[in-house]
Amino acid sequence: MARAVTNQRKAMNTFFAWALGLLIFFPILWTILTSFKTEAQAISDPPIFFFFDWTLENYKAVLERSDYAKFLWNSIFIAGGSTLLGIIIAVPAAWSMAFVPSKRTKDILLWMLSTKMLPAVGVLYPIYLICIELGVLDSRIALVFILMLINLPIIVWMLYTYFKEIPVDILEAARMDGASLRDEIIHVLTPMAIPGIASTVLLNVILAWNEAFWTLNLTAADAAPLTAFIASYSSPEGLFFAKLSAASTMAIAPILIMGWFSQKQLVRGLTFGAVK
Amino acid sequence: MGRFVLDKVSKSFGDAQVIPPLDLTIEDGEFTVFVGPSGCGKSTLLRLIAGLEDVTSGTVNIDGKEMTDVPPAKRGLSMVFQSYALYPHMSVRKNIAFPLRMAKMDKAEIKKRVEDAASVLNLTDYLDRRPGQLSGGQRQRVAIGRAIVREPSAFLFDEPLSNLDAALRVGMRLEISEMHKRLATTMIYVTHDQVEAMTMADKIVVLQAGVIEQVGSPLELYRSPRNTFVAGFIGSPKMNLLKGAEAEKHGATTIGIRPEHISISHESGMWEGVVGVSEHLGSDSFFHVQCDAFEHPLTVRATGEVELNYGAKIFLTPDLAHLHKFDADGLRL
Amino acid sequence: MATQHSRSAACMMMAPAVVLLLGWMLVPLIMTLFFSFKKYLPLRGDSLSDGLEWVGFLNYERFISSGSFWPSVQTTLIIVLSVLIITVTLGVLLALLLDQPMWGQGVVRILVIAPFFVMPTVSALVWKNMFMDPINGILAHLWKFFGAEPVLWLSEASLPSIIIIVSWQWLPFATLILLTAIQSLDSEQLEASEIDGAPKLKRFWHIILPHLSRSITIVILIQTIFVLAVFAEIFVTTGGAFGTKTLTYLIFQRVLDSQNIGLGSAGGVYAIILANIVAIFLMRIVGKNLDA
Repeated sequence: MARAVTNQRKAMNTFFAWALGLLIFFPILWTILTSFKTEAQAISDPPIFFFFDWTLENYKAVLERSDYAKFLWNSIFIAGGSTLLGIIIAVPAAWSMAFVPSKRTKDILLWMLSTKMLPAVGVLYPIYLICIELGVLDSRIALVFILMLINLPIIVWMLYTYFKEIPVDILEAARMDGASLRDEIIHVLTPMAIPGIASTVLLNVILAWNEAFWTLNLTAADAAPLTAFIASYSSPEGLFFAKLSAASTMAIAPILIMGWFSQKQLVRGLTFGAVK
Repeated sequence: MGRFVLDKVSKSFGDAQVIPPLDLTIEDGEFTVFVGPSGCGKSTLLRLIAGLEDVTSGTVNIDGKEMTDVPPAKRGLSMVFQSYALYPHMSVRKNIAFPLRMAKMDKAEIKKRVEDAASVLNLTDYLDRRPGQLSGGQRQRVAIGRAIVREPSAFLFDEPLSNLDAALRVGMRLEISEMHKRLATTMIYVTHDQVEAMTMADKIVVLQAGVIEQVGSPLELYRSPRNTFVAGFIGSPKMNLLKGAEAEKHGATTIGIRPEHISISHESGMWEGVVGVSEHLGSDSFFHVQCDAFEHPLTVRATGEVELNYGAKIFLTPDLAHLHKFDADGLRL
Repeated sequence: MATQHSRSAACMMMAPAVVLLLGWMLVPLIMTLFFSFKKYLPLRGDSLSDGLEWVGFLNYERFISSGSFWPSVQTTLIIVLSVLIITVTLGVLLALLLDQPMWGQGVVRILVIAPFFVMPTVSALVWKNMFMDPINGILAHLWKFFGAEPVLWLSEASLPSIIIIVSWQWLPFATLILLTAIQSLDSEQLEASEIDGAPKLKRFWHIILPHLSRSITIVILIQTIFVLAVFAEIFVTTGGAFGTKTLTYLIFQRVLDSQNIGLGSAGGVYAIILANIVAIFLMRIVGKNLDA
């Protein structure tokens, strides 16, 4: 479709697309802007867009709340830990399904997917009870496991679709060249699948970071991640717009950046390979 | 060394038997070609020999050693794949060195062998490139390089030329034949192209539906095909297989006559016919002639540049010394 | 396609994932089923160790006949349907627009996709306070600018508010997937139809939309599953008040707030059945795709 398009047409497209893009992005932009205002400017009437006294006071205030670092660390620990654990369990499983398919492979894949559809609220109490019994309620370990389990189907699926794209021939060539199964996975499969593994990791960190059912319901003082930290602003503190904005910006910034890098893979991951 | 003995080897995928039990011996140093139409089980047979598939029953014996349950990595064979199957993340040098690295050979020896192979295959200038930066022919050479460095007891080729364009294919065919003469190592070569089989093989194995139809040297198959399938498959253009009253005159259900064994005359001959489409290759001319005696047109070859008009009436006479006769089951009489 | 060696290796390597997920699915599911047939009120002294009273289908009946059940189903359906209509319609339009040649396409794409990466609690809070606050919210300013009376969003227009927030979060998802699908459309097919003289609107109806139908179905199914389970957005904004109590939220309240485990579990079973009906359709599509 490489065709000359009139610049007028292109200008119009550009105008509309940017206008809509900015409109959709506006809540985020506004949050980021507000985080640099003073509380008074944050609620000034009429609202101020750019010409205010830029300040880092709010960030300082949020960071000085003694517990911010703990929430952040919990988020990193839970998102990172669950993704890492998930990858370790999923890589061999995806290898098996992609390269040694059997009649049951498809059923297993679909069944794994079906576990993802289980509404969390339907099993909330049992999980809650099990956590109490095991003494892991409000612990990071419990959340690492639970988030690993809810994301495991997506990890397996994503890796499976990436592995499927690697020609079996190449793995067989490695076998003919004298490589053991271990050599085959370490020297041939993994290096070829690095881009796929990387985007799987990225997407799952995002999903785990933003997960807000289990993290809100199974944590209290000790293991609460940023989702819970932000939720704690829902009462009177939320009226301090500038501080709320600073806290929000800090909670979403890392994921926003990671998300932009992974947007292409996101489609594949979230549609279980049905749209590429 | 590289002598293969397959004893009652069979292969089934689930309920579908793709290869009924078959016996086959491949002598050391022989260039053996498995040929047959697509889906005839020739690639499966090669993969059974390679160990990439388990045999369902029977044994595979290499150089007197039972190898049926030995994984492919330990059979000491090299394979060149149709897709070349180069490691895309490694340079040409690393690709060729990979089997040696897996064999834990020392670095200096690896370097020497890789560079020797590269110079033989004209790849020296490309050693530091990735496969993605090479042309089809060059990739093919890298795949061959990776196969020869480890000095295997036999080379397995799975339709290695089918992804190349026609001109390159002829060149590579010669190179592989030359390599075989130089190394004198057993080669097993799978192709659907009977021209490749005829030009390269010491021994051709013709397969259909997993069954070996005939084993023999190219000329044996050309001269005395065992049945109508082999008769129709070997030789280009195809042998004319004719049924009906004419065949019965010779005491057969089907008679076969190759296009090159029919002479053309304007005045008289055994069969009268009308010229249809002509194909002029310069060295040869092929005519499709519709005879009254037969349902389907015959293909006839004339040497050199011969002009026959579309619709012209001519007479054909088969060379009876080269007439093949087959019975009702299609077997040679 | 493989040998015995690789097949047994494959089984070993698949086992951990399968066993873990099987446990994750079965154990809580069986427990929920078990509780749903029991009277289980921990605050009134019921406990597992003393044994629970078997009540048959009483919880199921009570859950359905309670005054909040049907309103919650209605709320859930309204939210799911509205979000689907808004995101799919706008998603198709946005995807078509973004597919056009323009300057800075990459940047616009990034702007549009961004809301998807915002954690639900943040988006709920930002919308609640900074946009929908009747005094200081941007929307209030906007209304006042046009001389209108600011809307008390989360109390008087609570359902539309939730729908706006959730749609804002899911629009990027629909757009991104539909854009990917449009870009995979064979341009030769479009060019052929252009040469055949099909006008733009016809091309959209007869070529682009049918091509998108599968992706739209997938968007609908996946969003349905996630939007059915919307939780944080309600938890943070209205806490289920003002007619925003969805089925998910109702069950959550029965279980954790009023600690009626039996009743909540029966509700959970209903939610599981509901999600499964949607899931079956999704699995069919994904499964077909596996064969291709």
